[in-house]
Amino acid sequence: MKKVYSRPKSLKPTKFHYCPGCGHSTVHRLICEVIDELSIADRTIGVCPAGCAVIAYNYFDVDMIEAAHGRGCAVATGIKRVLPDRVIFTYQGDGDLAAIGTAETLHAANRGENFTIIFINNAVYGMTGGQMAPTTLTGQFSTTTPFGRSEKLDGYPIRVSELLAQLPGTVYIERCAVNSPLNINRTKKALKKAFLYQMDNDFGLTMIEILSQCPTNWKMSPPDACRWMEEVMMKEYPLGIIKDVTAIKGAE
Amino acid sequence: MHKKVLMSGNHVIGEAAILAGCRFYAGYPITPQNELAEYMAEHMRKTPGGIFIQAESEIAAINMVLGAAAAGARAMTSSSSPGISLKQEGISFLACDELPAVIVNIMRGGPGLGNIAPSQGDYFQATKGGGHGDYRTPVLAPAHIQELADLTMDAFDLADRYRTPVVILADGMMGQMMEPVIFKTPPPRQYDESYVLKGKEMGKSRFIRGLILDAIRMEEHNWKLYRKYQVMAQKEVRYEAHLIEDAEIVIVAYGTAARIAKGAIKRLREEGYAVGLLRPITLWPFPEKELREIAKKVNSFIVFEMSTGQMLEDVKLALEGRAHIDFYGRPGGVIPTPAELAKVIAYKARRNER
Repeated sequence: MKKVYSRPKSLKPTKFHYCPGCGHSTVHRLICEVIDELSIADRTIGVCPAGCAVIAYNYFDVDMIEAAHGRGCAVATGIKRVLPDRVIFTYQGDGDLAAIGTAETLHAANRGENFTIIFINNAVYGMTGGQMAPTTLTGQFSTTTPFGRSEKLDGYPIRVSELLAQLPGTVYIERCAVNSPLNINRTKKALKKAFLYQMDNDFGLTMIEILSQCPTNWKMSPPDACRWMEEVMMKEYPLGIIKDVTAIKGAE
Repeated sequence: MHKKVLMSGNHVIGEAAILAGCRFYAGYPITPQNELAEYMAEHMRKTPGGIFIQAESEIAAINMVLGAAAAGARAMTSSSSPGISLKQEGISFLACDELPAVIVNIMRGGPGLGNIAPSQGDYFQATKGGGHGDYRTPVLAPAHIQELADLTMDAFDLADRYRTPVVILADGMMGQMMEPVIFKTPPPRQYDESYVLKGKEMGKSRFIRGLILDAIRMEEHNWKLYRKYQVMAQKEVRYEAHLIEDAEIVIVAYGTAARIAKGAIKRLREEGYAVGLLRPITLWPFPEKELREIAKKVNSFIVFEMSTGQMLEDVKLALEGRAHIDFYGRPGGVIPTPAELAKVIAYKARRNER
């Protein structure tokens, strides 16, 4: 019988610590599939964040370093400039990338640093227990917006991908999701395209924003979380290519 | 051997770093160390493999240095007091991750934004850890430009040998003034490459991390770092003893303050006061044993700093009540003159005799 589904080689045979229904493990798997398909496991270096994915180095079987909260893009800049022929990615959540690490992210993009940001947007601080994230939706409940996020008091949800797309240093930005098989397949294609671009060029930041379910902190069942993402979250964060000047036709 | 040249302190640090094989520099503008970043901007890009980045912040700069160090480069950043406060997060991470890096602090008056005049107010921050957690950094305090060149090269070797961030602590005076300097030819870099992330070329993936959730394992890591610091404390203490042999009063001062002290000693000796100087070159590890040795013969010490008294605490800890300790300091960016210090010491000497 033909084996059609197995653990990617770059994914360590370890149990994930993520909550049931969490999107992180799906994204981890997709990244590892892409690393395997591009045969780049021996020259990929990942930067993991502070947040739920802080111990991502336990899962990725590639060289990894853990950055301070929000500093992923600065650390990746240092690595990529010293080792320009390696494939570098940062894995960052919304708090890491869009709150405490806004400056590092924006300026890495503005310098056109040639690495790939994998941006997990679940609209909440997961690891610390469900506080408001910069991407939390208006009216959404969190432990620090117990009456719902108020635009007047708490600010607006930030669309980081649209912001970064304004900068000439960014070459490819796509917003994806991992709430359905269709969206998961699209996410994988986007990741592959970003890595391919990085491998063939020496300038230009690529970023894949991935809407990811957090059933625990959204206080929903995993199926409800997938539905809520489709029905509510994607209204604020529509999926699709936000910027693409790579001239790469589509990575299959 | 390089020929003698006249250069400013900030430029000397840059040149010495490049000669020592530093190939990554990230920094952010702040007075009085801008000339160093400017020197690196020009000369790193002229050096094969040299990388210069003007970072968006001090925090980004130190984290770029962390990334470069993880990728195997000799890496450096520099700043002045308020900027060094911002870098403390990264320094703590470098210490925890056991990555080598050199951090230059050209101190200015503080606290807060303070001013841009030379000061020694960052002694506590540099020697007591600075950032969060249980760690130390070696701190090198040059007192003249030749020594600044030599210590800059040595800082990279120390960083590699112990896989630790190393701080060069000088002040605006050292950064701005010009003196003749002869650059040494540094020995080839020796370091343990096993920690460097290059992609899993060797067959097995590696990771560098600072998060150790298990308290017992974190404790083990703390004790491992502690043992490393103990070795440094035994092996890496540096100091200069100046006119100590017959001294009845010993000034303890470092950096620019030590130069002022030497001027004061010249005046005091002419007036018949037997005054010497102990100048710590490493502020951490601190020359405690050497101070105690001197205290066997000398009963009167004067700590002199361009602060309200920070190294003073280390002198007190070292001497453990063995001798009388006086203090004189001028904080806030004021540079005392040798004549002023001589007057103070002569007054204290007469008072102590009574």
